[in-house]
Amino acid sequence: MDFGFTKEQEAFRLEVREYIKTEMPQKWETLGYTVWEETDESWAITQEWNRKLGAKGWLALTWPEEYGGLGRSPVDQLILDEEMAAAGTPTGVETMITIGWVCPTIMLFGTDEQKKKYLPPAARGELTFCLGYSEPDAGSDLAAVSTAAVEDGDTFVVNGQKVWTSIAHRADYCWLAARTDPDAPKHKGVSMFVVDMKSPGITVRPLINILGFHSFNEVFFDNVIIPKESLVGEKNNGWYQLAIALDFERSGVGGPARMKQVIDGLVQYCKETKRNGTPLWKDKGVQQELARLAVDAEVLRLLCYRITWLQINKKTPNYEASVTKVFGSELLDRLSNVGMRILGPYSQLDRGSKWAQLHGGITRSYLNSPSMGIGGGTSEIQRSIIAMRGLGLPRK
Amino acid sequence: MDLEFTKEQKILKSSARDFLKKECPSSVMREMKEDEKGYPEALWAKMADLGWLGVMVPEAYDGIGGNFMDLAIILEAMGEVCCPGPFFSTVVLGGLAILDAGSEEQKKLLLPKLANGDLILTLALSEPGAWYGTSVINVQAVADKDEYVINGTKLFVENAHIADYILCAARTDKGGSPDEGITLFLVDGKSKGITCTVLDTLAYDKQCEVVFDNVRVPADNIIGENGKAFSVLENLQEKAAVGKCAEMVGCIQTAFDMTVAYAKDRKQFGRPIGSFQAIQHHCANMVIDVDGARFITYQAAWKIAEGLPTSMEASMAKAWTSDASRRVTFLGHQIHGAISFCEEHDMHLYYRKAKAAEVAFGDGDYHLEKVAQQLGL
Repeated sequence: MDFGFTKEQEAFRLEVREYIKTEMPQKWETLGYTVWEETDESWAITQEWNRKLGAKGWLALTWPEEYGGLGRSPVDQLILDEEMAAAGTPTGVETMITIGWVCPTIMLFGTDEQKKKYLPPAARGELTFCLGYSEPDAGSDLAAVSTAAVEDGDTFVVNGQKVWTSIAHRADYCWLAARTDPDAPKHKGVSMFVVDMKSPGITVRPLINILGFHSFNEVFFDNVIIPKESLVGEKNNGWYQLAIALDFERSGVGGPARMKQVIDGLVQYCKETKRNGTPLWKDKGVQQELARLAVDAEVLRLLCYRITWLQINKKTPNYEASVTKVFGSELLDRLSNVGMRILGPYSQLDRGSKWAQLHGGITRSYLNSPSMGIGGGTSEIQRSIIAMRGLGLPRK
Repeated sequence: MDLEFTKEQKILKSSARDFLKKECPSSVMREMKEDEKGYPEALWAKMADLGWLGVMVPEAYDGIGGNFMDLAIILEAMGEVCCPGPFFSTVVLGGLAILDAGSEEQKKLLLPKLANGDLILTLALSEPGAWYGTSVINVQAVADKDEYVINGTKLFVENAHIADYILCAARTDKGGSPDEGITLFLVDGKSKGITCTVLDTLAYDKQCEVVFDNVRVPADNIIGENGKAFSVLENLQEKAAVGKCAEMVGCIQTAFDMTVAYAKDRKQFGRPIGSFQAIQHHCANMVIDVDGARFITYQAAWKIAEGLPTSMEASMAKAWTSDASRRVTFLGHQIHGAISFCEEHDMHLYYRKAKAAEVAFGDGDYHLEKVAQQLGL
């Protein structure tokens, strides 16, 4: 048992910290942008940042060098994620989707040509994927996707609709789950494709989320013809690949690192702020709430470290990733709630108001909060995964 | 970073579990409920043979020279079977206090006996009117030539009725602050003037009220410096809290395992109750609590073993694990339904143990307060 880091790892941490200190885009910092921002400006800043990281080999740190990574260990990845999140460097869902989920799956199941085509540009920060998963009638029951890909000579013809497709309006490619065998049991008739978003027949219609951002979309496929080489892995084996991809999440250690920063920010705020003449920090209730959040964030950090540790040992995380997902998203909800209660009436004000507190970040976090237990698999689905996959509880 | 036990630690863990499964099934806790001493002497002797009592004692004093992680592994295994007896009070409270603050002579005299199973120790800290923590000490020790005379009442002193020595925290000086003027005395358990009354406690352990009535103790029996015991006690409390966490990890792992097995087995509406989402989601919540408790406890134990500052991590571990243990054992009852509300079922042993461990060395709220302080609040 060893919770420590080696000298080399500690040195890498300092290197990352130093890099962020000198290179962090000013605008992102001063505006207090958060991961769930989605504007032309935030996108441009994130893209530029990703390309900078990509040039250093840091965007896909653990990938083999031939695909644009540095072949570094999952522990180095953990350190990088932790420091980036703590500093609040520019990031959006596209990085997690592209680098965290889709590309590792291509690395595992793709052909050499596919790997060469997609991985190096992704590692340079020049290529992004969106996830063509959910459909109007396939949400939590993801295996029920009905978007069809029908083989036709050297091509597949895709018809159907996806929904909640984040950054579909900006992504280069869609990582598409489509039905290739309508007669097979639902888990056995799905295949995975890479589809160029510029293909004729694709229509992207924006959905505006409750923060007012255009982040996710509806995507319509109307006789979209894609080459046969778009298929990744085995035909009709997509559900299995998709399940692996969902487990591919990085340790997620950025979550608790970011939360720790927000908690520290609230602690500082409570020390500097008086409410009805009394310093906020003297409130016993506030003390207990913030301490509990700090404890929970520490537990989350360790549960995330477990994911990295599994990766070091070449084990694919199973229910462990669901544990961090459900606990982490509910913790972020609690954090937002505590933050809002501390800010009181000021919690109503977002960035832009001169009376906004803490860049309005807590307010946006609170608005984003309901999405945490929904996106990427609801908390209910995660708990069912823990129970059935992790504990072996029966389905029926 | 390595979140797995070393080979030696794994061996210790599996041998401890095997031993306790065989030698200390849950029936032992039931039997000891009515037993005057509160522990089977044969079991104690076997633990000494295994080296457990001297796990933290250096080889120079006849121990096996292990570290706190080894101790935590043994405590976890004990928690799994709700093992009764004076292990915690002797090895963790008494043993670590002597190891940390005792003089060379005291160590030479006491540690070999401790390792050989010839010594039962305990710590007398809590008092009526105090809550958690170490600063409210009103029991008085007054110097009289080469001796001190102790007067006052201590509460929740585990195994004082069978202890060879009671380590008693007493006030020798008013001190400028409550933290000053506290001294730790090694008091012979059979001294004249000591009255022990075993309290009838929730978890059937032998916690005592100990009344000191003009109890005379040689001045040589001071552990550490006169009037400077506060930091020794704080340090000891930190380690004891993490030790309790290790016990709780074992305790709730078993309660959880029993519950999942039951959920797979028990049928209602023609199907196992574990196939219902309501039960599944309870179980998933228990996983978060149990896994979280395990890692946050191991982290604190590792820090102690490495000699690193542990105040924050120890309080975080105790805060989380205390609350998690209460939640897990309660859900264990809920999922078992009425059957676990029967005396003959084991679940209530775990429910009781979890609560006893929760309130030992500071409950969740107490440790959250410590965390808040360290956050700068």
